[in-house]
Amino acid sequence: MTVDLSVGAAQGRASPAPNRHNARALETDARSERLRILGLSLPSLLLVTVLLLIPVGWLFGLSFVKRGAFSLDHYLRMVEHSSYLAIFQTTFSLSILVTVLCVLLGYPVAYLLAQLPRRWATIGMALVILPFWTSLLVRTYAWLVLLQRTGVINTTLISAGIIDEPLQLVHNYTGTVIGMTHIMLPFLILPLYASIKAIDTDYVRAAANLGASPTQAFLKIFLPLSLPGLIAGALLVFIICLGFYVTPQILGGGRVTTVSMKIQQNIGVYFDWGAGSALGVALLVFVGITFFVAHRLAGIERMFKG
Amino acid sequence: MSAQPVPIPHWRRAWLYALVSAVLLFLMMPILIVVPMSFSNSEYLEFPPREWSLRWYASFFDSAEWMASTRISLAAAVLTALIATPLGVAAAYALNAVRLRLTPVLQVILLLPQMVPVILIGIGVFYIYIQLQLVNTLTGIVLAHTLLAIPFVVVTVMSGLRSYDMTQEKVARSLGAPRWKAFMLVTLPQIRLSVISGALFAFITSLDEVVIGLFVAGGENTVLTRRMFQSLRDQIDPTIAAISSLLIILSATILVSVAVVGGGRSRQPAP
Repeated sequence: MTVDLSVGAAQGRASPAPNRHNARALETDARSERLRILGLSLPSLLLVTVLLLIPVGWLFGLSFVKRGAFSLDHYLRMVEHSSYLAIFQTTFSLSILVTVLCVLLGYPVAYLLAQLPRRWATIGMALVILPFWTSLLVRTYAWLVLLQRTGVINTTLISAGIIDEPLQLVHNYTGTVIGMTHIMLPFLILPLYASIKAIDTDYVRAAANLGASPTQAFLKIFLPLSLPGLIAGALLVFIICLGFYVTPQILGGGRVTTVSMKIQQNIGVYFDWGAGSALGVALLVFVGITFFVAHRLAGIERMFKG
Repeated sequence: MSAQPVPIPHWRRAWLYALVSAVLLFLMMPILIVVPMSFSNSEYLEFPPREWSLRWYASFFDSAEWMASTRISLAAAVLTALIATPLGVAAAYALNAVRLRLTPVLQVILLLPQMVPVILIGIGVFYIYIQLQLVNTLTGIVLAHTLLAIPFVVVTVMSGLRSYDMTQEKVARSLGAPRWKAFMLVTLPQIRLSVISGALFAFITSLDEVVIGLFVAGGENTVLTRRMFQSLRDQIDPTIAAISSLLIILSATILVSVAVVGGGRSRQPAP
């Protein structure tokens, strides 16, 4: 390195080459400086590597091993056994239903809050964000209390004369859907609100000026403009739903089994690392596919905003 | 703030107001019901409570088990915030300052803990902790929670850095300050709000974590959420209503702090 530089300096006296040489030296210097700065991210990267990349890679390997030999049994079981198919079916139908409910309930909230005067919008957003910040376990517990046979919902409905017998609202699929929808709603509303807020309302006004009815202006102009934010939010909700464990475990009362619950059972109860890992890999593949679709449809950055 | 895009009379959108109010009520309902319930004097949970008392709070504070778990959880949350914040700030600074082809790849890797299903992270961490003998240790809990918290800190601080003009740091360096000093004296004070938000996110992420704790936070180091989860599966213990109310108040306090911090930022004139 020193030799190289001195040669460059020697040549420099004779020709205009030094500029180029100095420029190159500066560039090397700048590059090593950039790498040094990038090194600041090493501790975080190391943690992610040791606690996530390596273990998940290892589990991926384990999923192809049975009794010490290579085997596809863990994956074949998923396709052949009806109980495993049922678990995937439950997980997907639950995720799709919760996502649809979140879109139907969340879109009007984001739409209206984005148009309200600042003070009212702030209050509305606070009502969305406070539950969002409340522990998932606490909210799940709250729904367990609210939905039980003697809970507030049932006693209110009975005293209002709407029903005679308490409804079975919890320890089943219904309770799981209610709890998960409650937990996921802010995940849809917050990014959607940000993207609706960014829509230039002049387009809608122009449509109205050109004779569109409010409904037409909404359907033809506003809705398409808000679609990227809606898709990003919905896919985010869907991805998180696919991996749900706590809420179906508590509110499902054993009648709902998701992939995550089966993974926990395989490893926490039976110590069957191969079977649990294979399910984990399958779950990861579905999540990866959804992320890819989200990226192609809406740009992945949207999912981390708001 | 724009006015209504299409002037529709308020009464014609009454259904929209009603629907949105109903959804907001749905979102707030657990908080509105559980907090009053926790002050009930009854053996089972009732709403509204016929008789008010603090007995379930006493049952929480008098229980050695609950107190031990609370201490572990708070210690883990504080340590997680203390570790994840500097790590995340350093990573966010690096990703923001250096634009190489490698940078977006590193960014995605740092966001992975937020994208990979937490159950998979849980069994992965469990697997590696068995080899490293970190199962049921405070060190293990804090490291796993730090892993989950890093994406929050990185995202928050990067958004803080985006609205900060790096040339200010360059000026300080051209005047002779070393890079770290320029960062500490010029950049950090200006992005401190996003750093504080990131730290609070890290704290609450650790405090609320359940799934990884089920695998690696047992024994003497049973975290609060794990103990709650286990007693929830057996019966509905009203003590949990009291703990839940305390957690709700804690979240609300942190949320208000973040809002005050963030509000301070928005009140500052744009550079």
